[in-house]
Formats: sequence, structure tokens, C-alpha cells
Amino acid sequence: MILLSIAHLTKRFSPHDLPALDDFSLDAEPGEIIALLGPSGSGKTTALRLIAGFEKPDAGVVVISGKTMTDRKTFVPPEGRGVGMVFQEYALFPHLTVEENVAFGLRALDPGTRGHRVHGMLETVGLTPFAGRYPHELSGGQQQRVALARALAPRPALLLLDEPFSNLDADMMVQMHLEVYTILRELGTTAIFVTHDQEEAFMIADRVGILNQGRLEQLGSPEEIYHRPATRFVARFVGKADFLPGRVTDEGIATEIGTLPNTPGLPGGAQVEVMIRPDHIELIPDPMGSAMVVTRQFRGPDNLLVVQLRSGATIHSHQPSTLTLHPGDRAKVVARPTHVVAFLATRPWL
Amino acid sequence: MPTRHASPAVPVAGRFALRLARDPWPLAAGAVALVVATPILVVISSLATPTVEVWVHLWQTQLLELIWNTLTLIIGVGGGVALLGTGLAWLTTMYRFPGRAAFEWLLILPLAVPAYVIGFVFRGLFDYTGPVQSGLRRVFGPGIWFPDIASFGGVVLVMTLVFYPYVYLLARTAFLEQSETTLEAARALGARRTTVFWRVALPLARPSIVAGLSLAVMEALADFGTVAIYGYNTFTVAIYRVWFGLFNRQAATELASLLLLFTGAVYVLERSWRGRARFFQTERRAHPPAPTMLTGWRAWAASGAAGAVVGGAFLLPVAQLLVWSVTAFRASDFDNRYPEFALNTLTIGATTAMVAVGAAVVVAYGLRLSRSRVVAACGRIATMGYALPGSVIAVGVLVPLAFLDRVCNALVRVVWGGDGGLLFTGSMAGLVFAYLARFLALSVHTVEASLVKVTPSMDMAGRSLGLSPGGVLRRIHLPLIRGGLCSAAILVFVDVIKEMPATLLLRPFGYETLAVRVWQLTSESFWEAAALPALTIVAAGMLPILILARSSFREVRDHDHGGDGAIPERREILKAP
Repeated sequence: MILLSIAHLTKRFSPHDLPALDDFSLDAEPGEIIALLGPSGSGKTTALRLIAGFEKPDAGVVVISGKTMTDRKTFVPPEGRGVGMVFQEYALFPHLTVEENVAFGLRALDPGTRGHRVHGMLETVGLTPFAGRYPHELSGGQQQRVALARALAPRPALLLLDEPFSNLDADMMVQMHLEVYTILRELGTTAIFVTHDQEEAFMIADRVGILNQGRLEQLGSPEEIYHRPATRFVARFVGKADFLPGRVTDEGIATEIGTLPNTPGLPGGAQVEVMIRPDHIELIPDPMGSAMVVTRQFRGPDNLLVVQLRSGATIHSHQPSTLTLHPGDRAKVVARPTHVVAFLATRPWL
Repeated sequence: MPTRHASPAVPVAGRFALRLARDPWPLAAGAVALVVATPILVVISSLATPTVEVWVHLWQTQLLELIWNTLTLIIGVGGGVALLGTGLAWLTTMYRFPGRAAFEWLLILPLAVPAYVIGFVFRGLFDYTGPVQSGLRRVFGPGIWFPDIASFGGVVLVMTLVFYPYVYLLARTAFLEQSETTLEAARALGARRTTVFWRVALPLARPSIVAGLSLAVMEALADFGTVAIYGYNTFTVAIYRVWFGLFNRQAATELASLLLLFTGAVYVLERSWRGRARFFQTERRAHPPAPTMLTGWRAWAASGAAGAVVGGAFLLPVAQLLVWSVTAFRASDFDNRYPEFALNTLTIGATTAMVAVGAAVVVAYGLRLSRSRVVAACGRIATMGYALPGSVIAVGVLVPLAFLDRVCNALVRVVWGGDGGLLFTGSMAGLVFAYLARFLALSVHTVEASLVKVTPSMDMAGRSLGLSPGGVLRRIHLPLIRGGLCSAAILVFVDVIKEMPATLLLRPFGYETLAVRVWQLTSESFWEAAALPALTIVAAGMLPILILARSSFREVRDHDHGGDGAIPERREILKAP
């Protein structure tokens, strides 16, 4: 069963610019949490606003729980969609108490049911003692919980969250990630949230969509996104990646740091670029080694080294914090990729 | 399947209409804005259709004198307020002297007093028969020379004293916003304090000073009461005379359009003088410069100078008004109709304030919801009236009203036969309409300033929780911006009370407000009788000053929803890009 179905959604704010969202399609199952991840201006917030009905798309279809919300003829306004929303700056109503904020979307209910629902919701988010307070009397984390409770109180089929954690300080953020995740799972809410923080996306989401310049570059589980990026952009945006030129031979993909298995099944003879993650590179101190350490950043649990290969190309490597390589030292490079990712070369390498 | 034989324009227009029907707020905003903008558009369009005979006549009679008088007035008042306003701002921000904290806000008090009030008080005080000259003659003998107050110099003095606070306020803010490090950098490079003022502080504050200057000059152009009492012939006086003296509405319109041209020129000059200079300081929350302590005679000279300005522009006139009021009362000269004028004033002020705030909510909310350029342009035109003199607006209101009257009469004649009379011209509704055209900007900008502080995600939160756009306005915005609505109402109320020329030109026959009464009495030199109504106007004028003082002199509380008591600076009002 599909709870949310989006097909070919396109939005252009100005005829001269590239579309803010270009042919965006996505299906979500009930209870699924999907993160939309991308740099600023990639269209992720536009996607959210189109789903909620705050923007009209130029083309495309949005169906929620089997009901068509947006297509060529239909446009259901936001208040008719039954979609909850949590905002970056929470947007709590400052003239209402916590309780009144949570009850705001429940005007259709009779007072008894409403009170019951509000108290249940406040209990879920752990704010029962604060029911009578005003938003400005709460901490950032508490405000966030009120925002979540307010959005969830009308029992929306779908919850949208727009960078919900970006206004929290680091400690509170980690705690709220867990809390929000637990609450959403507990209630079985289907949720789409927008973020520019990949760790956050990986931690909370079942599936992650990577957006770039209005296009959905890849949609998949966090592991797929990290280990099998579909495009160069995804490879670079998610985690650190270096690219080394290679050539497909019968034995595999021949590169400067050894021959890697041709698991992607690229055609023989092709020029390719191989993605190298820092954690796939092992450095063995060796005065006769082909690589030279350029910089070393000691980061506590580990070291991040940049080494220069004989061809002049530089690659990054994560090494244990006990490693004793220093800038200027030479080392042997051994590649141990768990998954080999390579793209056909688009331009001739030096 | 509908057949497609309509011209392509029809579906386009149809689709546009459909879209607006679905979003009624922008439509309503555009409609309100357009109606309010009619008088402005009427005067502007009359610029494009001049009547040659009228111009020839004006040229032969008084046009040159009018232009010369207006130009010299601009230069005189402009120079005066620039010197006084900037000087006082520099003094109170950069130096410490006895009473500085009090003077800082006392110096804005003259804004509460309409120019025509200070004008007639000074005239009464310094005239040949007034107490000052009589006293001097008693002491020094009858031959003593005293400058004539009813002259160009007198007008410039009065207007400088009344309008300098515009420059003072804006320059003060500009000086305070300059970071100490900028000034210290100049001093580290070897500049002395005076050099720092001329070469760094003043150039940095120039855009603000010029903005204040243009406001002061526009007020001077709009003034009618002072120039009329002082016998100084400018456009506002001429418009009044050809209107009531000669009943020549065509000439009045042409004169109004010329006055509009002057106002427009000031606006354009201001923009070009400010140039592309947008002087942002790099550190936003920079330390304001630390003031220098003045000692000895310098300290007392500073206090004396500030005291003289406050005294001359506010304390002295108010004291004199009190004395005159008491004298008039003792002499059982009390105007029995005073309660009637006061009530009339209160009624028309409150009515206009409510209408203006209602219209402002529609316009501001429509502008907020709409991305349409058309709606935005309508809003801009409708708020232009604030830059126009009341006389110009009055002339612009009369034309559409007379048209409505003709339409009504024609209808009446067709349906019932007979004459319908004047339904709109000289009606209360016509007067309120004129005030609305002139002061809508005040309320729109105040409401907008409050609405801006309500983040758009608040709207979205309301919509996603099931509210329609109207529901969002009623249940979220209006409760949040209550304070702003009150401020808007007060601002409009007070400006309506003070407005003299538009009231004089458009009031229903026999309808008298305080300002009208002040005009009637002062034009016949009954200073004492005019004191009580004038004092009432000044007392009302204190209200917005208090709001202004609260918002600009006290650190604004850090409320993320805001909306309480937001008052836009007049500078912003005139400067919608």
C-alpha cells in the first residue's frame, strides 16, 4: 500500500531560472520515514511546500491516502490536506499556551475528546507539567516538542518536518533526534523531513533522497546511498570521496593504487573514475612507498591524512589515532574498498 | 468538450479572474488600494492635461511669485533644519552635559505641535502689539527696532523649530549606529574630533540626514496655516484662495499639480542625493561611540543651547497657549461651542482611524498573501498620498466626488425626476475619503511592520492545522498585532486632527473641527480664543510622540512575535522602493 504518491512534480518560480524542483517522483509506504537531503537551494524545501499545498506546482501529481491533492485540475488548499507540519523555527503561536497550541488543530472535536487528545499528546512528548506555559517560557527542545505535538495532535496521515533540528544546540539535537524518532515510530506516522545534515538523515530515515539543483539524484536506504552512490554528486555530497582515474581491463579496474574488482561491470577498455572513501585507504609507513604525506589532522579518535600519489593526485585517508606518520613521510597505499564505485570518465584526465 | 472559438484574450482574462476569485484577499487589497489612490491619480493625470488659458492667467498674476516663494522656503527651511537637527543630534550623541538624557527625548517634542500653532503663538508674541515688543518699547522707548515676524524670516524660523526633529531623529539614529571602531580608526589615523565629524561621521550619516531633510521640506511644502497667517504666498495659500475666493476649481487643480511637481522633485532629489550610498556598518550590533564629558562653560553652553531649542519650540508656545486659554476663560470669553468642535474632531478622527486601520489590514494582508506585481503596485500608489500636501489631496478628491454626484443626479432625474443635490461633495464621507487617501500609508505601514514580524511559517502552521486564509488572519495575526493596530489608529487619529488644509477645503458646510476653528480665529488674529482648541490639538499630538519615544528610546524587548506598538519611521513610509 502506498500512503503518499508523488509523480513528476515540477515547480519553476521564474521562467528564466532552472526549475526549483524538476520531475520529482517518490512513493512512501505507511509508517515510513523519508529524509530529503541536499545543499541549500537544491529544492528540498520546495518539495515539502508542494506536498503541503503552500505552492502550486507547474506539473505533477500528489496523492495522499488515495486522495488526489494536486494534479492538472485539482488543487486542495493546505487546510484541506490533513498534513501536519513542523517548522524550522517551530512557529508556535506566541499568544497561546502550550495546551492551546496543541489544541489549535482540534477545533472540530468536542471539548471532551479534545482535552483527552491534548493531554495524551502532551504526555507522549513529556510536556504535561508545562501545559499552561507560553512558548517563550520554554527551552528550545521543549518548543520543538510542542511543535511536534501540535502537528501530530490532529492525527495527520503524513507529517512534514522542515529542518526541524537546525535551531537546537548540539547536545539537545542528539537527544531530540532520538526522541522524535521514537515518537514517530511509536505512533507509526509517515514522515518526510528535510535536512542538510547527512548524519541526521542516516540516523532517522528509512530511506534518503538526495536532491541537487531540483533533481532527485538518488533515493535509497542510507547504506545504499553511502556505499553505492548513483552519481558523482551523491558520492561527493555524502561523506568524503576522492576520485582516481582508472582503466577497465580484464583483471579489473587498474588504478594508481592497484587493481580493483570490476564489480560494477563496466565495459572493458573504458576510462573511468573510481570513488575512494578515506576509510578504504590503508597507509603502511615505508620509506620507499609511492605516496607522501602532505598534511595530517589529529582529530582525537583518529587521524585524517592527505597523501600525494606519484601522479600528483591527492587522496584522503582515515588512520587510527596511534599512527605515527607525519607530513613528509612516505608510505605505501593499500586500497580495501568494501564496494567498488566507478563512473565513466566524462573528460580526459591529465 | 467546449468548442474553442473565443479570442485568446478571453481565456487569459477568465483564468485571471478565476484565480482572483479563489484568492479574494489580494483582490480586495488591490481594490481598496485603487479606490484610495483615485485622488492621487486624478492630480497626476491633470499634470498631463494642462488647460492653457488657466496657465496663462496664472502666469500673468502670481505664478512667478509662488515659485520664487516656494523655492526660497525650501532653501531656508532645509538649511535651518539641517543645521539645527544635525547639530543637536551630534551634541546629544557624542557629548555628556547636564540634562543630556532628558534633552535627548525632549528635543523631539516639537513634533507634537503643528506648525500653524507655533506660527500663531509666535505671531501673537512678537507682533508689534504683542507682549515682547510692547515690553521692549516700555523699557527702551518707542523708537526701538524689532524684526518683523510676519516675514520670510519668521516663516523660516517657525518651520525650522517645528520640523528640525525629523533630521534630529534620523541623524541621531545614524550617529548611534556608527560603530565606535570606525571613529576610533579615524582617530588612530591622526584625525582630531572635529575632523572625524566632518570626514567620517557626517558623510556616513548623510543618507539619514538627507532623508530627514526631505521629510521636513515636504512638511514645509504641505503647510498651509503658517504661511497663511504670515501672509507668505505659497501654493497651498493660492489653492485655498482660487478655490474659495474665485471658485475656480480648474486653477486650483493646476496649482495642485504644480505643487505635486515640487513634492516629486524633492523626492527625486532626495533619492539621487542619497545616491547608491547604502552605508551599512559591518558590525551590526556595534558599540555606539562613547560620549565625551563636557566640563565648565562648554557643558553649560551645551545645556543652554539644547534648552533654548526645547524652550522656544515647545515650552514657550505651550505655556503661552495655557496663559491665553486661562485669560480667555477669565474674561468669560470661553467659546461655548468648544465642546461641539472637540466632539466633531473626536468623531471624525476616530471614524477615519477605524476605517484606515480596517483598510490597512485588508491591504497589508493582501500584499502579504499575494506575489502579484499588480497588487503590489496598487499598494504602492495608495500609500503615496502621505507624501502629498493635504491641499493636493483635497483637489484630487473633489473631482471623483463631483463625478459621482453627476452620476447620481442623472440617475435620480431618470428614475424619479427632479434634482438629487450634492450627495458626495462636501459630505462627511468625502472628508473621510480624503483623509484616507492622505493617511492610509501611516496605517498600512504600521500594520505591515507588525505583520512582517509574524513569520510566514506561522501562516503555514495555521493552514496545516485547518484554517482558511481568513481564519489565519482572525485567529493568529490579529491577536498578535493588536498593539500595532492600536498604534496605527492613534497615528491616523492624530494626523487627522492636525490636518488643516484638506479639512478646510472639503468639510461639509458649517462643520467645524478644532483645526478649522484655529484657522478661523487666527486668520482674524484672535490669538487668545484660538489657544484652547490649539492646546487640545497639541495634547493629542503628544500621543504618537510617546509611542515614538517608547519604541526608539527604550531598548525594544526581544520578542520573536513582536507586533506590539510597532511604529514605522516616517522615513520608511516615504521610501517604499
